[in-house]
Amino acid sequence: MSWRDLLLLQDYNTRVVVSSTALLGCAAGLVGTFTLLRKRALMGDALSHATLPGIALAFIIATATGHNGKSLTVLLFGACITGLMGVAVILVLRNSTRLKEDTALGAVLSVFFGAGMALLGVVQQMKGGHAAGLEAFIYGKTASMGFNDAMLISGVAFVCVLVCLLLFKEFKLLCFDEAFAGSRGVPIVLLDLALMALVVMVCIVGLQAVGLILMIALLVIPAAAARFWTQQLSTIVFISAGLGAAGGMTGAAMSAAFANLPSGATIVLVCSLFFLFSMVFGTNRGVLVRFLRRRRMNRSVARQHLLRAIYEVLESSGDFDQRAVSFASLLDKRSWSAKRLSRSIQSAAQDNLLDQTDGQVHLTDEGINEASRLTRQHRLWELYLITYAEIAPSKVDRDADAIEHVLEPEVVLELEALLKASHANVPPSPHALGTES
Amino acid sequence: MWVALRWDWNLDGWIITVGVLSAVAAALLGNFLVLRRMSLLGDAISHAVLPGLAAAFMITSSRNSLPMFLGAVIVGVLTAFFTEWIRSVGDVDEGASMGVVFTSLFALGLVMIVQAADHVDLDPSCVLYGAIEMTPLDKISVAGFAVPRAALSLGIVALANLAFVTLFMKELKLSSFDPALATTTGFNATLMHYLLMILVAVTAVASFESVGNILVVAMFVVPPAAAYMLTDRLTTMILISVIIAASSAVLGHIAALTVPGWFGYRSTTTAGMMAVVAGLILLFAVAFAPRHGIVVKRVRHHLLGLSILADDVVALLYRMDERGESLRLNANQLATVFLVDRFSIRAVLRWLRLRDQIERSSDGYNLTNEGRTRAQGLIRSHRLWEQYLVTLAGIDADRIHDKAESLEHFTDAELRSRLDQETNAPTVDPHGRPIPNEERS
Repeated sequence: MSWRDLLLLQDYNTRVVVSSTALLGCAAGLVGTFTLLRKRALMGDALSHATLPGIALAFIIATATGHNGKSLTVLLFGACITGLMGVAVILVLRNSTRLKEDTALGAVLSVFFGAGMALLGVVQQMKGGHAAGLEAFIYGKTASMGFNDAMLISGVAFVCVLVCLLLFKEFKLLCFDEAFAGSRGVPIVLLDLALMALVVMVCIVGLQAVGLILMIALLVIPAAAARFWTQQLSTIVFISAGLGAAGGMTGAAMSAAFANLPSGATIVLVCSLFFLFSMVFGTNRGVLVRFLRRRRMNRSVARQHLLRAIYEVLESSGDFDQRAVSFASLLDKRSWSAKRLSRSIQSAAQDNLLDQTDGQVHLTDEGINEASRLTRQHRLWELYLITYAEIAPSKVDRDADAIEHVLEPEVVLELEALLKASHANVPPSPHALGTES
Repeated sequence: MWVALRWDWNLDGWIITVGVLSAVAAALLGNFLVLRRMSLLGDAISHAVLPGLAAAFMITSSRNSLPMFLGAVIVGVLTAFFTEWIRSVGDVDEGASMGVVFTSLFALGLVMIVQAADHVDLDPSCVLYGAIEMTPLDKISVAGFAVPRAALSLGIVALANLAFVTLFMKELKLSSFDPALATTTGFNATLMHYLLMILVAVTAVASFESVGNILVVAMFVVPPAAAYMLTDRLTTMILISVIIAASSAVLGHIAALTVPGWFGYRSTTTAGMMAVVAGLILLFAVAFAPRHGIVVKRVRHHLLGLSILADDVVALLYRMDERGESLRLNANQLATVFLVDRFSIRAVLRWLRLRDQIERSSDGYNLTNEGRTRAQGLIRSHRLWEQYLVTLAGIDADRIHDKAESLEHFTDAELRSRLDQETNAPTVDPHGRPIPNEERS
């Protein structure tokens, strides 16, 4: 098959498979966002295992009563029943016992799956049991998805999108502040059940079409990846659905293009790549962004420490005309290494706050303004702590050190008003200025 | 049905032995997984080891069990490691990071197997999961005895886990409940965590290559969860979980042989039934655990309600006597007064009559002397509390009744005497009604 055929979805079978997996990814990404935010990412895992006894039981009962046990409707119905039972048990265990969420999930998952295995053991002895193809429910056969599967998936995806749009506000409340939602009269239990019913629906159509592991992956990975990009729930939902759809589509297309790529696994791996990329480069909580943010913060803190240290040295020498201090006196001022100190001096020199000539650091006009502003801020906070929080003068330095970097101008104005400090000059330090140990 | 049980010690005996060893080995470590909220790790590892198996197969191009075992254990530990890494570095919730890791690893393994399958048939379900029914067939000789290989390997794993748990009990306990404190007291909580993860991986892999994955996944979670419902002490919890694990293995095998017979089938999957039996034990513990069970808590709650209702009945009769009312109330009228159903009020009245606290007269109920003593204590508590709330807590006199009403049921003679002292032994309450004296018995 040529690339052109593939990209334009010329082949009928590819078209069905690619569009259904994309729709499924979209629906799973949508629902997965809410379960992830409710810290129930692995609900899909427990649920899809819990459907097994239902499938086996439905087959046994249908066959014993003389109906067609292999009918898709019967099997899906059975899967739904035990899936919902599993959800109910999880909710009861979590809400009315001391067991935690993860234990409830694990217990339901393993016990229900065990029951399913035991029932399958019986199915094997029934006439036609071997041919029942019940295992296909567990592992799924993406490549052989037919038109009926595609219709089922589209229907479920449509319902999911509709419900999520209609109940968006309620789900949002449920995810972020359950107690508040309850106090506002939102029916929490009903909403929770509605959400779980969506998960059950997505899981069951997905299980049947693409298999257990892929279903769990589609519920968890796109949602987890989307969180790295934004804080806004509507955007997370949108990105997650988009990533799910893109993952499903790319994975299915790749597995159609290359001979030896199983489609389910390829879709998962594409989604995992999306996740890795998002984790590193995500613009909101990505590792890289957070690293840069922290480094910028550290630098600005170091800069502020440097300027205040210079100011305090100048203050003790009274040499405000020359505005020059020696490197050695600065080094004694705080517990910083010579290397770190000279690095901050260099970066401050680049911003024209100071210039350095052999062992002497000299503040520029801009530098002295900034330094006195910072020192003033620091001391206002110290005075505030001494006057209003009744902390001993010898103890305030550290506390002020921690907060001075994040004081907003409004807070400083308020401090001035509280302490009746004059606008311009720097108050004297309320404690002895020594060298820091 | 028991007659139909075809029992062969050489076969069933070994199956049960292997099952018990695997269940106990998993349950020992499972306690700490449950406490650390990592219950799903067993499930995650059982899916995630696939690439390890595939890599071992590709490197050695044989299905020799030792390299496969090593590969699986390494990937199992990596699963725990990656989960922790994504959780801490990416700031992703534990369950989600586990979900991302194990599904990705499983998919990777699947792709690797399909690539390798060009050369040799390597069926994932066959490589991954053994069946407990097959274990007695694969025997090796140990000191002259023919022992199933699985019994030997799982025995070693169970012993190693037992040694780990007993030797590092203190460290495990501390690092499970308070990792920060553990680190400050001088041993490495992270090291403990990874030691535990390694043993979990070894146990999981050793179990599911011989007895299948479902058994070990269930035994990591279910027996510890049941034990957690039954006790508040870690040592007791571990002991109970081991007992539950062992008995569900034994009962599970018996159930697998007998239960399908009731419906006219032959035996079914032993591992599945072991998980089901463990689940039933958990269900029982959840319902009937002496302190935390749902049913027990409900019943206790209901009994407390009835005992409070009994208090209220005698107090009402006392107050009516005090006011000199000649009217007597019957059961239905009492039910209307207290807004309860007739069944509860009948039960309470019968109970009070049994204990000789009230007696029935032609037109209603009267207090006996014993009942009067009980009512006197209650009324005294009520009015002392009212006095206390007004004089010492400074609450308005018209808002104290409800508080005193709820406190009176939980106030004993000792507390009453302290209230009496605090309020300077008053004789009347804020509403001007007399406070009865303490009845000396």
